[in-house]
Amino acid sequence: MKDRARIAWMFLLPMLFLMALVAGWPLARSIWFSFTETNINDMSASTYAGFSNYCGEFGLFCSEGFWQSDWWTSIKNTFLFSFVSVILETLAGLGVAMLLNQDFKGRALVRTAVLVPWAIPTIVSAKMWGWMLHDQFGLINQLLVDWGLITQKIAFTADPAYALWTVVAVDVWKTTPFMALLILAGLQTLPKDCYEAARVDGVHPLRVFWKVTLPLVKYPLLVAVVFRMLDALRVFDLIFVLTSNSSSTISMSGFVRREMVDNGNLGFGSAASTSLTLIIFLTAVVFMRAARVKLNEESS
Amino acid sequence: MNKLVIAAALAAGGMAGAQAATITISCGSNAADVEYCGKFAEEWGKANGHTVKMYSPPASTTDNLALLRQQFAAKSSDVDVIMIDVVWPGVIKDHLVDLKKYSKGVESTHFPAIVANNTVDGKLLGMPWFTDAGLLFYRKDLLEKYGLKAPNTWDELAAAAKKIQDGERASSPDFQGFVFQAKAYEGLTCDALEWVHSYGGGEIVDKAGNITINNPQAAKALDTAASWIGTIAPGGVLNYGEEDSRGVWQNGKAAFMRNWPYAWSLGQAADSPIKGKIGVAALPAGTGPGAKKAATLGGWQLAVSKYSKNVDAAAALAMYMTSAEIQKKRAVGGSYNPTIPSLYKDADILKANPFMGELLDVFTNAVARPATATGLKYPEVSQAFWDATHEVLSKKMNGADAVKKLEAKLKQVKRNKW
Repeated sequence: MKDRARIAWMFLLPMLFLMALVAGWPLARSIWFSFTETNINDMSASTYAGFSNYCGEFGLFCSEGFWQSDWWTSIKNTFLFSFVSVILETLAGLGVAMLLNQDFKGRALVRTAVLVPWAIPTIVSAKMWGWMLHDQFGLINQLLVDWGLITQKIAFTADPAYALWTVVAVDVWKTTPFMALLILAGLQTLPKDCYEAARVDGVHPLRVFWKVTLPLVKYPLLVAVVFRMLDALRVFDLIFVLTSNSSSTISMSGFVRREMVDNGNLGFGSAASTSLTLIIFLTAVVFMRAARVKLNEESS
Repeated sequence: MNKLVIAAALAAGGMAGAQAATITISCGSNAADVEYCGKFAEEWGKANGHTVKMYSPPASTTDNLALLRQQFAAKSSDVDVIMIDVVWPGVIKDHLVDLKKYSKGVESTHFPAIVANNTVDGKLLGMPWFTDAGLLFYRKDLLEKYGLKAPNTWDELAAAAKKIQDGERASSPDFQGFVFQAKAYEGLTCDALEWVHSYGGGEIVDKAGNITINNPQAAKALDTAASWIGTIAPGGVLNYGEEDSRGVWQNGKAAFMRNWPYAWSLGQAADSPIKGKIGVAALPAGTGPGAKKAATLGGWQLAVSKYSKNVDAAAALAMYMTSAEIQKKRAVGGSYNPTIPSLYKDADILKANPFMGELLDVFTNAVARPATATGLKYPEVSQAFWDATHEVLSKKMNGADAVKKLEAKLKQVKRNKW
């Protein structure tokens, strides 16, 4: 038995080493940076700054201007985006999954086709939608004008009143297939006998959905939502490419990028990125508690 | 047989390796940059036995600088000759080669102000390549049609744009009066500095490093610009960079455009719908105390990365590309403004770009962004400024509140010193 354990560790060792190298070290380094004052211009000239990046006169959280700060705006934007887009994607994904779970001619083809938006790299789809939504030569504005729905072309990606909702719409378009796929996988494991029993008893299809399908598919559904939630909270590329990147639509990841990359403040930026990780972690914990997803029980 | 070929190839490679170098040059990403930079650099490479590769930097100056700083932090030798913006020397001074050794005094034939801008701590960090200033492009044919003259103040511009827009919309429903750059990026800082300065509102941070932006004229300038959005400028302008505004303009869908000189030659190209209909003027003045015409100083320099593996060859290429000969070719073909005063008397250049002679004052008196005063913190200062401006333009805040908030933000960026 001891031998077995030792051999297992030996097999794991290369992977653990790689993980430490590509995940552990950068993570540790970025956490370390968050306690320093470092500029990208000369990283060797970094000075220890304690918690001042988190909670100091100019820190992230307990400064006077917190409620007016871009950091707070970015937290608000990110949660608003995640909340709305995940709800819409879950509903749409459930619908698509239910449809694809039916037997019909050409199902394999449709299943593949549905995945296309998910398979396109985000940067490409964001750029593509950016052009379609363009206020001057965009297809969508042109169609809306031609159909007489609007008289003035709308600046979907520039007008702050529309920008965040445009991002949500494109994200829903892109990520619904992912949700549909996860939910469909769940649907396919459902026992057939429940449905046969329901059919023999002549239960109304809607009732079957509420009383049989939904309770049975609940756990896969919640897992999918957690996955999507974690992903949505670190949204960056869609907002970066599609909108004008002003602080009114900035996300938490966008804020981190701005501080680290544009402004070269590695210390402050690392503090923001570490906070982002903690915020996502806490959200996941709270959500799973609230939804009572017991992943361990689920798998056993 | 195969071994023989490999051996021969190795031998040839080894021999050539003694002098031949591969030089990568970064010089912009629009079509004209490829035509008027890549071509000349390749010719130089062929003549000197070097291989020259083009590197396309991000189109947005903000992203371009950010990527460059990451490459420098990693001491990357990927790019040898780098085109740098007029506001960058203070930010990336630690990573560039002093070109004095290679220039042999030739920099004294360039505009002294640009050479001074590129000299940090006595080191010449970039050779001036082309200079830029914001210009007002207008449609000669439309101004004539409506009996108007090129505007002298922003109010005149707004009135003229409105008149033309109202008239043209009868036949072309998405015709716009005025397009400019108002996406939240460095370009907006340039546009907004012109508005603020033309209203006598200063330069955000003055030469001594004092934050001067919180003044009523600056607020008035931003409020004026905000009043254009939705009246003479499309709402989408809030997401426009240079090329987006040029797209609308060159399709004949705008009466006025604020842009850099490069838009001239592209607009005059054979396939341009508005060829021969373009006029160029200095940007209008504001109103009130201290009002004057103002154009933001732009322009690009060629610098050599300290981490280049072939500094000598790279410096030689930079010197060649900034020489009077190449600057003339670039001016004639691509309307890149030369940085050598004597070229402004050159007949070929003036024939291709009449505005260069007429607007020489605009180029020599352009207002600089506060990059020297704020040094390493310039990117943050600029970002705070364009963010505040974007808030006013998108009508989330009025000018007075925005400049007050901006002053507080800049104090926070400054902390103890720039």
